[in-house]
Amino acid sequence: MLDTIYMLLNSLFPFQWMDHTFMKNAFLAVVMITPLFGLLSTMVVSNRMAFFSDSLGHGAFTGIAIGVLLGGVEPLVSLVIFSILFSLLITYIKSKSSASTDTIIGVFSSTAIAMGLMMMSYGGGFNKFSSYLIGDLLSIKTEELLALLFVFVLVVFVWVLIFNRFLMISINTSFAASRGIKTMWIEMGFAAVLAVVVAISIQWVGLLIINSMLVLPAAAARNITNNVKQYHLVSVLFALTAGLAGLISSYYTNTATGATIVVISAGLFFITLALKPYFIR
Amino acid sequence: MFNKMIHHNAPSGEDCTKLCCTKIKNFGVKIGKTDIFSQVNIHIHCGQLTALIGPNGAGKSTLLKAILGEVGHTGDLHYVDAKGQHTGHPVIGYVPQYLNFDVSSPTSVMDIFMACLTSRPVWLCSSKKLRPRVLAGLKRVKAEHLIDRRLGALSGGELQRVLLALSLDPIPDLLLLDEPVSGVDQNGLELFYEIVADLREKEDMAIILISHDLNLVAKHADQVVLLNKKVVCQGTPHEVFKDERAKKIFGMLIAPAEEKGVEA
Repeated sequence: MLDTIYMLLNSLFPFQWMDHTFMKNAFLAVVMITPLFGLLSTMVVSNRMAFFSDSLGHGAFTGIAIGVLLGGVEPLVSLVIFSILFSLLITYIKSKSSASTDTIIGVFSSTAIAMGLMMMSYGGGFNKFSSYLIGDLLSIKTEELLALLFVFVLVVFVWVLIFNRFLMISINTSFAASRGIKTMWIEMGFAAVLAVVVAISIQWVGLLIINSMLVLPAAAARNITNNVKQYHLVSVLFALTAGLAGLISSYYTNTATGATIVVISAGLFFITLALKPYFIR
Repeated sequence: MFNKMIHHNAPSGEDCTKLCCTKIKNFGVKIGKTDIFSQVNIHIHCGQLTALIGPNGAGKSTLLKAILGEVGHTGDLHYVDAKGQHTGHPVIGYVPQYLNFDVSSPTSVMDIFMACLTSRPVWLCSSKKLRPRVLAGLKRVKAEHLIDRRLGALSGGELQRVLLALSLDPIPDLLLLDEPVSGVDQNGLELFYEIVADLREKEDMAIILISHDLNLVAKHADQVVLLNKKVVCQGTPHEVFKDERAKKIFGMLIAPAEEKGVEA
């Protein structure tokens, strides 16, 4: 089946960059993963969760370390499981504790990264992990695309299921509770989905810039939109455009793909910021 | 404009036989080792406006959150409808404080209604079907022109009216208003109270209002509950404002409020 898709890509995009298999894989990955970032970022930004999503990257880092230390287990499995547990724990403690959200996330985030670094530097072998800091979108293997497709379907499904309730929570939690919404369950559901997406994409995007993927598309979109439908559409569109433009231009400029995508997204943000007065009613 | 309102001289009494009513029995909330409030017993009859007053930190907002079930509490909430049947938990409408509302996201009034009224995701489904229902709801609070406005572009008074319309669909048995008009200008404030007074009369719902504006409380409330870690006293506005303990807590504020209350 993949061969058919490859052939289709070749005939659709008869350019030199499409000749390589790694570029085809990266192209397919970008087409699947960036819309997810665009979708999730709408609520990350609306719910002021930028710091939270940043900490998820740190949690994923520890997950990788644990996976490697345990050996035997497939690193991706331990990574995803640890990330989900980490995100649920933060969400739970956040809702139970009276300390401010920043503080709690800060504590977890720094603990996670420190533990990760400790485990990875054990025996002096940190260098082999440094690729997780920057990530490499061009290293995606064919079988990983299938995992990505699975995550894509899962996230869209969950998003359809919980979005309305989550929108109410983002506006006011007590108000949401008054309409019979189990606020903590929904928040945990969102945190878990976010954790899965971060965990699965951290090896391609990298710890240092993964959070910008979860913030910039929606931050740019909300500059020029007035309702939820426009907000989603523009955010997904921005994420996808920046992703593809970043992938192609990084091929020619020979720069890190993830970083190029982020720079283009940032460019979109500043353009929309300037255009804001013409769009916002 | 409030002259039409009639104060039922409502007893804060025990019998709930003929009217539908909500009984708050022995409510208490503890956060950590601190008692926020304890032993709160309040009866709220339908068609009555119960004002909850008290100093800052008295536990007023927490009591509303406990009624909503958002905060864990001891004690029970009993709701009995007009036929005298025990129907368990009432349908509750809630209007939060204006200041606690996040309005920065690109969400229109129509979006938030859709999120509340349907389970199909707002970003996917069309708004055509629900639009007449939403317009009707907004008309009730004189806000139908705001349907496509961004939440962030509404004034404080407009936003509170939209929230009120939202809490009225579906029609609740119990409406909780948490300082709904703090930080709203005089016009917005009067319009809001006008709508609430109208609702109480037409819909026969029980309303609990938290307010620091004792003048307005004296004017509109049927029953006043003074809360300060526990129920200090309750009764008609006249009774409560005459009470020595209330005078002690509110000091100077209470004298003018009481006079106006008596006049009205």
